[in-house]
Amino acid sequence: MEKNYYVCTGCGLLCDDIEVESEKNIINKVYTACRVGVAHMKEVRGEAGFRVDNAPVDEATAIREAASILKNAKNPLIFGLGTSTDEAQKLAIELARKTDATLDDTSSFCLGPLVEALLQDKIKTCTLDDVRNKADVIIFWGADPSDSHPRHLSKHSYFPRGSEKQRGWEEERTAIAIDVRKSHTAKICGNYFFQIPPEGDAEFIDALIAALSGKLPKTSYNYPPKKILELANILKGAKFGVIFAGLGLIYSLKDMEPVFRLMKALNEKANFQLVPMVGHYNMRGFNENLYAETGYVNRVKFENGTVKHGPEYSVVESLKAKTVDAALIIGSDPLSSLPRSVSKNLLEIPVISIDPCETLTSKHSKVYINTAISGVESGGSATRMDGIKVSFKPVVETARLSDEATLKKIMEAL
Amino acid sequence: MTNAMELYQMLPKTNCKKCGKTSCMAFAVALMARELTPEDCPPLKEESKYRENYEKLKEIFKPSEGATETGLIVHEDLCFGCGNCVVACPPNVANDPYGVGSGNAPRNVNKLVLTIEDGIVKAQNLEECRRFGKNKILCNGCIVTCPVEAIEFV
Ligand code: SF4
Ligand code: SF4
Ligand code: SF4
Ligand code: SF4
Repeated sequence: MEKNYYVCTGCGLLCDDIEVESEKNIINKVYTACRVGVAHMKEVRGEAGFRVDNAPVDEATAIREAASILKNAKNPLIFGLGTSTDEAQKLAIELARKTDATLDDTSSFCLGPLVEALLQDKIKTCTLDDVRNKADVIIFWGADPSDSHPRHLSKHSYFPRGSEKQRGWEEERTAIAIDVRKSHTAKICGNYFFQIPPEGDAEFIDALIAALSGKLPKTSYNYPPKKILELANILKGAKFGVIFAGLGLIYSLKDMEPVFRLMKALNEKANFQLVPMVGHYNMRGFNENLYAETGYVNRVKFENGTVKHGPEYSVVESLKAKTVDAALIIGSDPLSSLPRSVSKNLLEIPVISIDPCETLTSKHSKVYINTAISGVESGGSATRMDGIKVSFKPVVETARLSDEATLKKIMEAL
Repeated sequence: MTNAMELYQMLPKTNCKKCGKTSCMAFAVALMARELTPEDCPPLKEESKYRENYEKLKEIFKPSEGATETGLIVHEDLCFGCGNCVVACPPNVANDPYGVGSGNAPRNVNKLVLTIEDGIVKAQNLEECRRFGKNKILCNGCIVTCPVEAIEFV
């Protein structure tokens, strides 16, 4: 029997084996998805809506107003897009080009540098299917997939049988957690949990590199050298090792150089790949689409057909310096997620919010367009955290516009 | 939980055999195995001096809400549907190696002990569970793989 599977867009795993029972556009039952995914799919939705200055308007008015904000701005900021389809992201890039906008996404303050390194072939990477089929040593570094990507361990990284891993996780895989706290994932890793102090990652990397070449591993926080040597020994024996790098690791490093060094050292002794723990279902897609278009993964500014890139074009810096004079925010809530000192500057410029959910940002927007939930009410394609392209169809129908359709209409109105 | 010795300490310790067992210790073992319940010891049940212990034992062995034939209970408030237990459960793997055994949606649900429905684990087909029946073993596949201790056997 051929089953009709849906894709869950609840996180960067894009699980593609979800069965849904629905009737009259109401989802009754969801099979195999985790609780995060079920909540994402079953989200209760009010009426579709368009608003200008917090008063309900019709679609045409909202689109016209949005277009006029962008037209009148000298340097609009376009931000978000981590939960938009590839198609919508490409349109947003085109729109940024047309309006001489500054374009950035959340990766600029999280995993952007790692994704960039992967796209530039600076680090060896692999797919989650490789991990399931081959991985024998799995490291969760500053990452807690049990909370952020609930099915990570069961669908890919630890528990499932794979083509070259038929005897099961107890015998054939070692899962290791390196983190500042005993997370749910660390708990599963049992004795292979290495607890380090906050900001201790860079030193731990150096100690581990020393241990890999048989030297005594030293840290200022006196991590027991014996434990690090033990860890190094496990890593040396890896036939197919993988590091899942999370925000905990990224935030504690000044730049990615220690990661490069570690990967080099590991690959001199064993075989290691790295996969960033991308959270939003299509953040990696945004990085890849922008990279294909401009050679950069984020933080760009378009100007008369050319493209500039640099830290000053990040969402944080451009808001701080008040260089942007309008904002188009797609599927993101910077008023909640950015520090107040930065986000408050958003209140001084006209904001267009395109989001399936009412957020703090949408409430403070000049124009709000309530869109379809991407992957539930509208289809498209996206890039999984490991770079695999996934296409999906909507689970239910809606009268709401998708991000893609919204952007297209704004573009036409320009 | 408790062991047979601790249970024994709460019994009358008179070895009167009214329960049909040869001794209070044997009764404790039968309690442990859930063959008998505290009600099956007449002195314990009837004599007021044992009341406190009787209540305690009843509390320990009260049929748990939602407990199944194997004693498996799912704390639905804790479970978040990660599927670790589903994929690690040995009979699940044996009965559906390319479905749940490989981390995917079930291909053959007929004999699966654990599945995920609406984001929460659901137990069924308990005769397949290794803790079931005469040849049961103390499998803990679903316990050690759960990040939040949502599965318990009572
Ligand atoms: S792990 Fe992520 S993609 Fe998979 S079902 Fe859960 S929320 Fe959805
Ligand atoms: S009936 Fe009660 S007191 Fe008598 S032997 Fe059995 S357990 Fe002991
Ligand atoms: S005890 Fe073992 S066989 Fe029974 S449900 Fe848990 S993992 Fe499966
Ligand atoms: S019981 Fe535990 S391991 Fe099983 S799905 Fe729920 S949270 Fe995951």
